[in-house]
Order: sequence, then C-alpha cells, then structure tokens
Amino acid sequence: MSMHGRPFATRMPQPVRRPARLVSLVPLVLILAPAAAAAAPLQDALRAYGVQAEHIGRLWNFTLGLCALVFALVLAAFVCALWSARRGDAHTEPDISSLARPERGIYRIIAWAVGISTVGLLALLGADVVTSRALARMPLQDAVNIELIGHQWWWEARYKDADPARQFTTANELHIPVGRPVVVTLRSNDVIHTLWLPNLHGKRDMIPGRTSTLTFRADQPGTYRGQCAEFCGLEHAMMALLVVAEPDAQYQAWAARQRQPAPEPATSRTRRGREVFLGKSCAMCHAIGGTTANAVFGPDLTHLAGRGTIASGMLPNNRGHLGGWISDPQTLKPGVSMPANLMPQEDLHALLDYLETLK
Amino acid sequence: MSLRCPDTVLACFICLGAGLLQAGCEREQRPTRAPPAASGTGDPSFTAQGVLPADNRYEENAYAVSQGKVWFRTYNCNGCHGQGGGDSGPALMDGAWRYGADPASVYASIAHGRPNGMPAFGQRLPEDQIWQLAAYVRSMSGQLRIDVAPSRSDTLQASEPEGRREKAKTTVDTSGRAGQ
Amino acid sequence: MSVADSTTQPRPARGPGSVAPSAPPAPSLAPHEAETLEQTWRDPPGIIGWFAAVNHKTISLRFMVTTFLFFIAGGLLALAIRLQLARPDGKLAGPDLYNQLFTMHGSTMMFLFAVPVMQAVATYLVPLMIGARSVAFPRMNAFAYWIFTLGGLMLFIAFFMGIGPDAGWFAYVPLSGPQYSPGKRVDFWAQMITFTELSAIMEAIVLITTIFKMRAPGMTLNRMPLFVWTMLAASFMVLFAMPAVMLGSTALITDRLVGTHFYNPGEGGDALLWQHLFWFFGHPEVYLIFIPPLGFMSSIIATFSRRPIVGYSAMVLALIGTAFFAFGLWVHHMFATNLPELGKTFFTAASLMIAIPTALQIFCWIATLWSGRISFKTPLLFVLAFFVILLAGGLTGLMLASVSLDTQLHDSFFVVAHLHYVLMGGAVFPLFGAFYYWFPKFTGRLLSERLGKWQFWLFFIGFNVAFFPMHVLGLQGMPRRIYTYPEEMGWGSLNMVATAGAFMIGASVLLFIVNVARSRRHGAPAGPNPWGAGTLEWSVASPPPAGNFEMVPIVYGRYPLWEKPRLPSHVAGLINEHREVLITSVADAELDHRLWLPASSYWPFLSALAVTALFVGSIFTPWAVVWAAVPVAIGTTMWFWPKRSTSDMRVASEQHPELFK
Repeated sequence: MSMHGRPFATRMPQPVRRPARLVSLVPLVLILAPAAAAAAPLQDALRAYGVQAEHIGRLWNFTLGLCALVFALVLAAFVCALWSARRGDAHTEPDISSLARPERGIYRIIAWAVGISTVGLLALLGADVVTSRALARMPLQDAVNIELIGHQWWWEARYKDADPARQFTTANELHIPVGRPVVVTLRSNDVIHTLWLPNLHGKRDMIPGRTSTLTFRADQPGTYRGQCAEFCGLEHAMMALLVVAEPDAQYQAWAARQRQPAPEPATSRTRRGREVFLGKSCAMCHAIGGTTANAVFGPDLTHLAGRGTIASGMLPNNRGHLGGWISDPQTLKPGVSMPANLMPQEDLHALLDYLETLK
Repeated sequence: MSLRCPDTVLACFICLGAGLLQAGCEREQRPTRAPPAASGTGDPSFTAQGVLPADNRYEENAYAVSQGKVWFRTYNCNGCHGQGGGDSGPALMDGAWRYGADPASVYASIAHGRPNGMPAFGQRLPEDQIWQLAAYVRSMSGQLRIDVAPSRSDTLQASEPEGRREKAKTTVDTSGRAGQ
Repeated sequence: MSVADSTTQPRPARGPGSVAPSAPPAPSLAPHEAETLEQTWRDPPGIIGWFAAVNHKTISLRFMVTTFLFFIAGGLLALAIRLQLARPDGKLAGPDLYNQLFTMHGSTMMFLFAVPVMQAVATYLVPLMIGARSVAFPRMNAFAYWIFTLGGLMLFIAFFMGIGPDAGWFAYVPLSGPQYSPGKRVDFWAQMITFTELSAIMEAIVLITTIFKMRAPGMTLNRMPLFVWTMLAASFMVLFAMPAVMLGSTALITDRLVGTHFYNPGEGGDALLWQHLFWFFGHPEVYLIFIPPLGFMSSIIATFSRRPIVGYSAMVLALIGTAFFAFGLWVHHMFATNLPELGKTFFTAASLMIAIPTALQIFCWIATLWSGRISFKTPLLFVLAFFVILLAGGLTGLMLASVSLDTQLHDSFFVVAHLHYVLMGGAVFPLFGAFYYWFPKFTGRLLSERLGKWQFWLFFIGFNVAFFPMHVLGLQGMPRRIYTYPEEMGWGSLNMVATAGAFMIGASVLLFIVNVARSRRHGAPAGPNPWGAGTLEWSVASPPPAGNFEMVPIVYGRYPLWEKPRLPSHVAGLINEHREVLITSVADAELDHRLWLPASSYWPFLSALAVTALFVGSIFTPWAVVWAAVPVAIGTTMWFWPKRSTSDMRVASEQHPELFK
C-alpha cells in the first residue's frame, strides 16, 4: 500500500506565470548551491508565490537597490579619500589651521551629503508606508479562516466556518485554495512561536495571552514550507509546517474528507491496530475522529495518512519513518513530549496498517 | 604594570563555586531519553522483580518534576483531584495519605489504581511518565526541595506554587481502605 | 597653590612629536618630590595589596584583561556553534547543549565583553586625556570591577556545571519563565544581569563625575577630546537604559522564585511586557557598544591624518543626537508581534532617522582623511575597516528598520549577519585599533606592525567570509537559533563557508594574543608619544607614572600637544604626600577646589564578595537577602570608615601647610 509521496521532491505543476523574483544580494553566492536550491523545499523569501510576499519583494528590490547605491557612493568617496590624500607619518607636522578658521567648503559638502542621505531615508520610509498599506488592504472576500495554535513543537490548525458542523481540526499541514485569501488567527498554547511562510508572507508572532492575525493569499499552486521562527525551546529547529496550495475544487475535496470521521477498519489486522491505538498510551494524547480517542494534547490523527510529513514537517510520511517515530520519537526530536512506545512487532505492524487507512 | 593574576585566587573561586553548586548537576539534567525499560507500559519493572525501587530518581530533577506537572494536567488528574485541593478524589496538597506517601506507594497508586475510584494507568502510561507524575504529586505537599519543585504556572493561580509550600507532615490513614 | 611657568625646574622635552620643537621645556617636579608622588599613588605590594589596589590604571588593566578573557570564551562558544551548523543534521551538539551554547555566546559577548571593555578602556584613558590624576571614585571603580568579575565567573561556573542558561541572550518569557524553564538555569542568567548592570551603572557614575568635575583647568567642554564626549554620552545612556533591564530581570526572578505574575497572562500579566522592558534597555545597549568606538575612531583618525577631526561641534551634536534617539527605537525588535501597525511605523521612522547623525560622523571622518596626510599604521587599518563593515551593517539595518521588510528578515540569519556586521564592524574592529594605538601607552612597548597587519587582513577577510553568506541564508529561509537543519534545504554549503570564516577569525585573534605576548617582552620601546598624537595622554611617560601628571597641565585648545604652548602651562601646589586632585567647574573647567581621594582599600573587594553572596544566595532562597545584608552592611560601613592616619594628615595639612608642598 503506497503512502503519500515524498514531499520534498513534489513536482509542482507548471506555474501560470513566473514567480516574482527578488533580486538576491549577490547572485555569485547562489552559484555555490544551485542544484541543491532547485530541489530544495520552497522556503525562501526570494521567490514570492503570493501577493503579500510580492509586495514585500518589491520593497526589498527597492531597498536593496537604494542601499547598494549608497554603499557604492560612500565607499567610492572613502577609497578616493585614501587614494588621493597625501601621506605622512608620526613626525609630520600636524595641520591645525582648522582650529583657527572653520572649513566652510568642507562643511558645505558634508551638509549636502547629509541632506541627500535624509532624502534617501525619507524615500525608504515612504516605500515602507506604501507597502504596509498594500499589505493591510488585501481583499478578504470569501476568505478561508484558519485558527493556528502553536504548541511545543507542532502546529494545531482549526478550520473555522460559520456552520459549526463544517469545522475541523488538523495538524502540521494546511491546505489552502489558490487565489482565495486566507485569514490565519494565531494563538499559542505555551510559549511564543512564530509562523513564517517566506514564499507567501512575512512572519507573525504567536504570543500566549494574545491573538494576532495574518492574511495572505497563494497565487500559485505548490507546497510551501514554513518554520517556527521564534526560539521556543529544545526542538525549535524541528517545528516545520507545510502549506499545500491547490485549485479550489481540490481544496474543497480535501476539506470534505477532513470533515469525515476516520473510516471503520475493514480487516482484522486493522481492527487489531485500532485496538492497539485505543488500548495503549496513544489515546491518552491523540484524537481520531469517530473513535473514543478524543485527547487534545497531541496532534489530531484522524487523517494522518493524507499528510506528506510527520513529526511536524520533519520526516516523510511513510511506513518506515512512521514506525520509527512511534517506537522512539526521541531519536529524532529529543525532548519532544511523545514518549517511546515499545510494543511487540505484530502490534506495531497492525497499528501501522490501521494508521495507513486514515486518509 | 602589575597584571599579576594569582592563579590561586582563580582556583579558590572555582572551588568555591563548585562546592556551592554541587547539587546543580543532578537537578539540571534534561532527561530527554528515558531508560529503555521505563519506556514501555505495563509496568515491566514491577512484574519482573516484584519490588519497586524505594527512591524516585526524578525527585532530584527539576525538569522531570515539571514534566510531571504537565502530565497531571494533560491526563486530567485535576478532573478528580483539582489543583491539589481534591474534589471527588482526595486532596493531594495535604499530608494525609491513604495508601502511603513514599515514592513507591505513590507510583503504585497511579500505576495499579486504588479502591474507591483511582483508575489504573499502568497500561496506558509509560513507566517513566508515572515516575515523573509521582515526583510531582509529592511536590504538591511540599515534600521536594524548593529548587527542584515547580514554581508558578502560566495560568490562573489556584494556590501557592509547589516550591513555596511548607513541607506537610505525612500521615498514612488506612481507615478508609476497603477489604484490607 | 600657584601656576607654574617654564622657569621652574625645567627638564628636557621627552619623545618625538610630543611638543613643538620651538617650545620651552615643560616644568616638572624635583626628583624627590616626583618620587613621593609616585609612592603616594602606587599600589601597595603583596597579595593584600593586590586586592586593595584602587589606582584607576591598575583596575582598568585588570578590567581589560578580564573582558578580553570573556571575549575569547565567547569566541570559543561561537566556534562550537559554527562546528555544529557547518553540516546539515549535525550531531556534535544536541539541542540542550546547543541552546546553552548560543545563549552563553550572546550573553557573554553582550553583557560580559562589549560594554565592560569600553568602560575599562575609558577608565584608563579618560583621566589621562583630561589631565586628571585619577577617576572621581576610585574605590567604587574597583568595586565595579570586582562585581563584574564575580558575576561573570558565576555565570561560567554555572555553565560548566551544566546549569548554563538556555533561553537565549534575551530570554523571552514565557519560555524563560517558571513553567517552561524549570530549574536554576535562567535564574543564574537573570542574576548575572543584576551583577553586570550594577557594575555598568557604577562605572557610568564614575565616568560622568570624572568628566564633569576633574578636567584640567582650561579644558572647557568645547575643548574636550571627542573620545571623552563619547564616554560622557555613553555613560548617560547607561544610567537610563540599565535600570530597565534590571527591573525586567528582577521581575523575572520574582516570577520564577516567588510566584509573582508580571509575565503571566493567566493572571493579568503580559508576555510582551518583558519584551518592552528588555528592548528599552536592549536597543540603547547596542548603541552603548557602538558609541565609545566612535571615540576611538576620532582619536585614531585625527592622529594618523595629522589633522584635527573635521566639524568638532557637528560631531558632538551627532553623538548626543544618536544617544538620545537610541531610546526611541526599541519596538523595531518587536515588529512581528501584534502591536498596532501605525505605532510600529513610527519606530520605522525613528530607526531610519538615527542613521542621519551616524552618516554625518562618517562624512566628517572621510573629509578628515581626504584633507589629511595619512599614515597607514595598524591602528588606522582597523579603523578603516569600520567604513566598509559598519557601512554594510548599517545599511542592512535600514532594511530591517522597515516593518514590512522586517517581517521577512526578523529572526532569520539575516539578522545574525546584520548584528555581527554592526557590532564587529562598529565596535570590535575599532576596539582592536584602539588596542594597537594605546598599547604603547599602557605598556611602554609597541605591538609588532607586521603581525598586526597579518591579524588585520585575516580578521577582515575571515569576518566577511563568515558573515556575508548569512545574509543569503536568511533570505533563503533559515531561521535563527536552530541547532540543525535538514539536508534538503540546501543551506549546507553556505554554512560550511561561514564556519571556515569563523575559524579565520579565531586564527586572527590568536595572532593578536601572540603579538601581545611577544611585544610585552620584546616589543620596540615606545616613548611617550610614538604616534605624534595631539591629546594629553601622550604627554606623559609610557607607561604613565602612578600619579599620571607630575603637574596638572593647563589646556588652551583641543589638541594641546599640537598647538603652540602658552603660559601659564601647569598648575603647581597639589601635595604629593596624599592623593590630592584638582576639582574644576563643569562647563569651563575653572579652578574650584582641591580634594583628597582615598588611598588603597580592600573593602571594595570584601564588599563585592558580600554582595555576590547576597545575589547568588537569593537565587536559592529569599532569606539570603536578609542574612547577606549583614556582611554587606559591614563591608560598606568599613569602606567609608575614616582612617586615623588620614585624618591626622588632613589636620596637619591645614594647620602647617608649609610642611606640604
């Protein structure tokens, strides 16, 4: 039985138009890792696949250009100064004429330079204000509402709807429709986390006791990887999130599947697997819709088999990795709340069979 | 220019510091990996040897006790015991115990259950977590040192932090037991 | 007391370039009087004497060595971090150790190196630059050193015992709060802050008082060296910034130890309160680190361009403007939170505008270099690196100043690159330049130019190799403070390059240590003024005598050694038998009165031990505050208890002034 394919090699459908490319600092440096960059998961601010990231990308291009120009000019003045100044040493008579007479000519040049710098700074301020306004004015009609709650060290996602029967909960992987705005309400269950999906938008903190909001829109289908960007403890490095942007019809189909409870196990092995799940420690922390497992401490597993990754974006979701993770999560993520689970091999395989049915 | 920095002075400071903080090593470990035997459920140590260890090594470890507090809330112990003041279950913050206040007895209470409604969690929780819970439960009546017991949580405050509670004098009252 | 002129006991001028060739020789004391002065100001011998020393130069040198040791420790921690991050899925350090490594690296560099080293250098140089024999509060100066050292030692002892803090150098709550950081790790960190900030505030008080009240007659504020201005501005910033972090860290300590709710959202506290309090300190802190090196720059550029800095008044106003505006930027560290957007944009504007005074200073220096006669010695090379590295760092700072752009760059390796560019380019490079420049004054020997140039190029190239790729890594999505990363992300090669650069930096620091070790014994002897500089510290011998100046000079201009000497040139009449100093008025340095400063005392050290016991004990129990207050009270009382011999001498000096010259 095949699992969902390796996410990191996901082939994206041909983009409708080229993604907005940001000017990278030094293209030469990127030559160092071109092949790796091409196959890498999408997690970088240099390629914008959504309108918000595009606004920021335009600001980046403008700022980089202006700052590079300033750098070049000041450096040129500096090098000129060193090149054209006369040489001296410790015995050269110091020139103290400026102590008696102010050097008006030099002062004037410096004043002009400071004035031009101020104009440049005001331009940067203006560009920032313009960008902030654009970010705040993204149209929000027909938005998908998601409540994202940060935990140590995984993401809980609750899809909201006006009709409570259409709400559902998932974890660590979001699906969103291409071209429709997404409003994410950010909360935290414990410490400060940060949602960062660089290809789609800038980051926003998830602060316990406060609620913040991030609005973005994916304009190209694809799988975008994000990571927690605020140090949140032992396994901060292992808290990644996948966002799958797909055409609306596919998204609706996915959401409809998410609203279904877990299917009844059909074979004796999968029934045994469910018994293992409910009888051992799994049900103490995890929930599977349609069973008696309703705990909220760990990620909701109702549709585990439909996800591309496990362990919060860190491991591909296939039988081998899932078995290893269940047996001893501490090898990958030492300090994670999930304990090691030693069990007889038949029990483990039955459990895996059952989990594979949770599409 | 006198820049003499007597090595003896430096050594004195280091020894002083080392002496003062000797207890620090044990307290500050982050035991992320439980010993293999303690990972499984079903109490292998008890059934195999029949005798529980008298000491709970986690009572010296602040991280483990704070994990115990996490499990106390996660597994809904406060559903019956409140935040320690008791409800349908007995209070855990006071010194009155029915089945023993020592670490092994507390472990057994959690793992095997007790009469009058305490469920048995031994099949459902890894042994390691039960030890952490036992350490936390004992901290609720002030049995643990102040530097190991948890401090306040980031929630509504029901009572003083565990570390600031006076050490309750434990008494074991067996009159409530049935059929013993 | 009278002013002396050149007809009193002339001595030949010393060293090349110290005095214009046509000037009459400077007056000085008779040999037996100079010897008495030396004995009065010298440190007492022996091991008790080592703890009792309060001469500002002695304390300052110890302070510099101690902060440099912490710099090396922080650098070794950085190398460990880089080794772990060099390859994907690194296995050298697990998450717990890595979290402690980067927390210790940041805390050491920011609290135990960057600010204290500037204060250390200042307490050596400022009295010499202003013509004073001492700092204003010599015993408090010594106490500040001991408190700093003991606090730093406490932190490192904790680290080696496995109780190192692991919540980051700015320890956001709730992660650093009682629930999510169990044990004592963060408590040690928070208490280290108390130690170091107490030390910093005391040093600031010492420096402000010295600068305002002990300048040589004639050194009006308008004639003060620019380095002294920078220390004045930085010290005022310390007074306003440090209390914020002391308050915040004390609230964290009470949250953790006593159960208060400052940062508990469940009981009406706020996690963002910590960020506000910390960054209200934290942003001025980085300007505190940045402003004294601006003074190094001005001193070194003036000397090696053979001309005064262009635009003195503009430079001073730019300094004060920077110091003032630095307090209005702190929210730019919080742009990713849910604070109101318009409020955040205000801080964008402020963060952009603070570039104006810095730009003014850069243009003035370039103008100075352009119109001067340059000598490319090692001190100047380090200072010239500022113009490349700090300029780049400042420009990436402008990128981070914009709210929208910051939401992509915040908490990524772009910020790591930015902060190292501004801190290393703005502070560490000029600091090394300052060491090369003033080492001859401290020790009487020149550092090797050859090794210096090797060190400089290795440092400059290594620095850029290490930190430039981090800009790209941040843009490629690599967050901060991750102990490893998967291979698929493609970050491996740039990380490897950065690690190589880090080791080049390490090699350059090693070269510096070798240079210092060799030059202390075998370096070329330096006279009083090997660089031909113009400020007062170069008019005394290298190293300076214990009492700094045999006679307090009278100052007529900004560069006394370059300008034509005028009469009267010195002040005579301060007694040599006790540590007497001259106090002058704040603005115009007119003679005011004479003051007897205390001689050596071991009570600052003992009081520091008592205060350490109080601080360290209070990590474990609040009763420590009560019980340790007793030795603290004893120590501070004995500190101020007058000595009979001093009182007798004082009475004698007033009743029989003819016995004292």
